[in-house]
Amino acid sequence: MRSHDETMMLQTPFHSRVAKACELNQWDEWKGYTTPAAYTEVEQEYFAVRNSTGVFDLSPMTKYRITGADAELYLNKVMTRDVRKINPDRVGYTIWCNDAGQVMDDGTLFNFGENNYRLCSYTRVMDWLQWSAMGFDVEIIDETADFGALAVQGPTSCAVLKAMGFKGIEKLKPFGMSHFPFEDAEVMISRTGFTGDLGYELWVEPPKAITLWDRLFDAGSNLGIRAIGGNALEMVRIEAGFLQAGVDFVPAEETVRVGRSRSPFELGLGWLVDFDKGVFNGRQALLKEKREGSRYAFVFLDVEGNKPAEHSFILKGNKEIGTVTSAAWCPTAKSNIAFAQIESKYANSGENLTAEIYYQTELKWTRLLAKCRVIDSPVFSSPKRRQTPAPDF
Amino acid sequence: MNKRYDAIVIGAGHNGLTNAAYLAKSGLDVLVLEKNSYIGGATVSRELHQDWLYSNCSYVCSLLRPEITRDLELPRHGLQVVPYGGSVSFCSNGDYFGDYPDHERQYREIARHSIRDANAYERYEADVMKQTRLIRPFLLRTPPDPVSLKPRDLKEMKYLMDAFADLGEEGLADTLRFWTMSIADYLNEYFETDVIKAHLAGSGIIGTALGVYSPGTAYVLLHHYMGDVDGTVGAWGFARGGMGAVSDALASSFRSFGGEIRVDSEVEQIIVKGNKAVGVALSSGEEIAANIVVSNLDPKRTFLNIMDEKDLPSDVVSKARNFKIRGSSGKLNIALDGLPTFNGIPKNSPLMQTDMHMLDSLERMERAYDDWKDGAWSADPYVDMLIPSQVDPTMAPPGKHMMTVFVQYAPPQINGRDWTDEDRDAFGKTVIDQIANYSPDFKDLILHCEVRTPREIENEVGLTEGNIFMGELTFDQLLFNRPFPGYAQYRGPISGMYMCSSGTHPGGGVMAAPGANAAREILADLKRPNLVPEAYADD
Ligand SMILES: Cc1cc2nc3c(=O)[nH]c(=O)nc-3n(C[C@H](O)[C@H](O)[C@H](O)COP(=O)(O)OP(=O)(O)OC[C@H]3O[C@@H](n4cnc5c(N)ncnc54)[C@H](O)[C@@H]3O)c2cc1C
Repeated sequence: MRSHDETMMLQTPFHSRVAKACELNQWDEWKGYTTPAAYTEVEQEYFAVRNSTGVFDLSPMTKYRITGADAELYLNKVMTRDVRKINPDRVGYTIWCNDAGQVMDDGTLFNFGENNYRLCSYTRVMDWLQWSAMGFDVEIIDETADFGALAVQGPTSCAVLKAMGFKGIEKLKPFGMSHFPFEDAEVMISRTGFTGDLGYELWVEPPKAITLWDRLFDAGSNLGIRAIGGNALEMVRIEAGFLQAGVDFVPAEETVRVGRSRSPFELGLGWLVDFDKGVFNGRQALLKEKREGSRYAFVFLDVEGNKPAEHSFILKGNKEIGTVTSAAWCPTAKSNIAFAQIESKYANSGENLTAEIYYQTELKWTRLLAKCRVIDSPVFSSPKRRQTPAPDF
Repeated sequence: MNKRYDAIVIGAGHNGLTNAAYLAKSGLDVLVLEKNSYIGGATVSRELHQDWLYSNCSYVCSLLRPEITRDLELPRHGLQVVPYGGSVSFCSNGDYFGDYPDHERQYREIARHSIRDANAYERYEADVMKQTRLIRPFLLRTPPDPVSLKPRDLKEMKYLMDAFADLGEEGLADTLRFWTMSIADYLNEYFETDVIKAHLAGSGIIGTALGVYSPGTAYVLLHHYMGDVDGTVGAWGFARGGMGAVSDALASSFRSFGGEIRVDSEVEQIIVKGNKAVGVALSSGEEIAANIVVSNLDPKRTFLNIMDEKDLPSDVVSKARNFKIRGSSGKLNIALDGLPTFNGIPKNSPLMQTDMHMLDSLERMERAYDDWKDGAWSADPYVDMLIPSQVDPTMAPPGKHMMTVFVQYAPPQINGRDWTDEDRDAFGKTVIDQIANYSPDFKDLILHCEVRTPREIENEVGLTEGNIFMGELTFDQLLFNRPFPGYAQYRGPISGMYMCSSGTHPGGGVMAAPGANAAREILADLKRPNLVPEAYADD
């Protein structure tokens, strides 16, 4: 008989350490796992990523292993970008669309070589992966629970990994990955992340997870290491300009109402679409959109004042032309930033718009019409992110 | 004289740089002249021991106006301000009081000392917040001239009256009391525990030649509370790379607008012709012409050192002479071979990364002030001490640490005579012994120590008497009385001459507001569009 416990919320392989470090006892739920919202102090966690090293347990990230003689061919059909250009031991940021050319999710694709890939995504996507696999010699398995993962991010993250004994880690290039012996097993390290700064992700089998955590925090004790929760990560990702499925767009196959999904062009992800590589899911529809123009555009807005434009309407003059999907005050860039989806004709760099912001102080609501301006790029991008060899701080 | 500049700013302190940045942004040809070989004044990072960076004057950041940081794009020019949370006071009995940023943790810790105080803290916090809410909107405004009938002054006066009226009758009475009472009296209305009162009272005396029982010290607390880091009012942070990062970013922003900075260029004299400032003379003898001269020096140095009294109206000379700018603080900057241990708290306690203090009663604090009145440094000194290298990886090699120790009280003179090197060393020893009382392994970890008395602060930084705020923050020298009545709008007594230092409204601290406010006035006089941003609204 199946135990009823098996349907309870899961814990990641790092849970005993996470729980101990989670001094505030503030928890979130993430794809069936219990994960910390905040450990000690959100601002300090945020600044660990920006100033020293923040460690985020990303074990609940959905992971699929895709193998078989046709793996590359197959992935090239699923993804909008040319997967063949992601070399072995490299990682690629990618998106995939349904046949209507609407974005289902974004994620990272790890090429282990010889038709052996890992796809990490926010949403669960097994049904779509299988659906698209007809006629291909591939095997797809859900390996979410088979690996624990820690994002180790920030200016001193390379120094921490060096102090842990991972020789040559500073030479790993952005989006590269490398395997290191660890205890009697191994840890895979990729130079990837969600923070816009220097950073790595460490992947390990669950039995070694606790040792990895302990050794990491020992090595980082003089380098400002700190565990960070979901709230701090959210600040970091907005500052660095990363979209979040389910927040900045609705995964296409989950939408109920017509017109609520978005294409790569409408999300500012057109650079991930490669029409020259041959057939892929959504190609026809995307070609048509390219020809005829998009309905919406995704833009970064620099908003006047210090009130985050959360859930605001965006106006041109008095006309409503869009809405904000994510917004935050960015503590490193010291600016007030919003992601918005607006009618495409207004998405010109420097375009002056208005955000209709509502905020509350002591139960009194204020309506504020804040000027905002379309800007070209995210407000945070550290040169350390691209430097190789990676700097020590 | 060869080239004529649109404007010369004397002093590359952070206010001088802010002022210069706005003038240059407006398209003016601006030259900043700095006497030292480095810029920043009291906002500086210096490598005085190899591989260690010292924030050797100011050491923490909160007052810096976020509107200016953003407008001058200081993050792009390299500035990052990293908040740290909380503070701790060690007690002579081996216990301590820790102040945590998380409200519930703070409640529990106060309750460990007194449940009533823990609850009273909520009332205290709301009351102090009422005062910060009143004052904050004025930081980026020019004070009105209360006796002027100019439309702008009338409008500003109305703004001021409205802000007060908004407090309600009771609030108005509270505010007048708050601005004039002592921090000890104020805290006694809320708390019963000695160490908690002493802990909070510290902000009322830092940089001030007054004791916790002296009237006016409650306002000084407000001055330390009214800043914010990313909207958290009262929070403080480190500038990554030390406080010099603030000046460096301002200088970089200034240069991006075409501005020019010359170090090792001490101004000896502001040249006045026909009641107008026309340039400056350097101590090297060189003369440089400019249409406008802005002083980043304190009011005493500005009017009594680099201006000729004959060029000034007598009221300004006497007001400058009477300006209250008393030295009361010293500082130690220490390189440590490792992280010291403190009585009562484990090394991994979050309190290790906070402001540390060592006096556990108002009584001891007042005695420390008594020594100052007697012309001596405090035998049992108050310190405001941090180890920023735990948070900032750029300050010291990994595993080693930098400690900044602000000390209260140190008099401008010892018993009426000048400080000697022996006095300075003895002062340093007193402070080190004080710290060692609470940290058994501290002394063994010291690799290098810079000791600064008011003498060093005056001679090196150019702050008269070493007064950190460029003039005491008492009610008689605030708002439209700063630096003196009739001169609070950044304009000097002769045309083409302006003031932009911490000696002007809203006063001392790494705030950049005086520099920006002065720029707004200068641009208005030149009939150029205003570039200085308005303050963010708190409400
Ligand atoms: C020990 C100490 C600790 C402090 N701690 C803090 C803190 O932690 N946080 C905080 O917010 N504030 C702190 N303060 C206060 C703050 O640092 C000052 O109020 C602020 O930096 C003053 O800035 P300013 O630009 O007005 O003047 P200054 O920084 O004093 O700039 C004046 C400049 O003029 C130059 N100068 C002087 N004479 C001449 C001349 N004749 N010719 C050319 N140049 C000249 C000087 O060298 C200097 O660079 C501290 C101050 C001190 C001294």
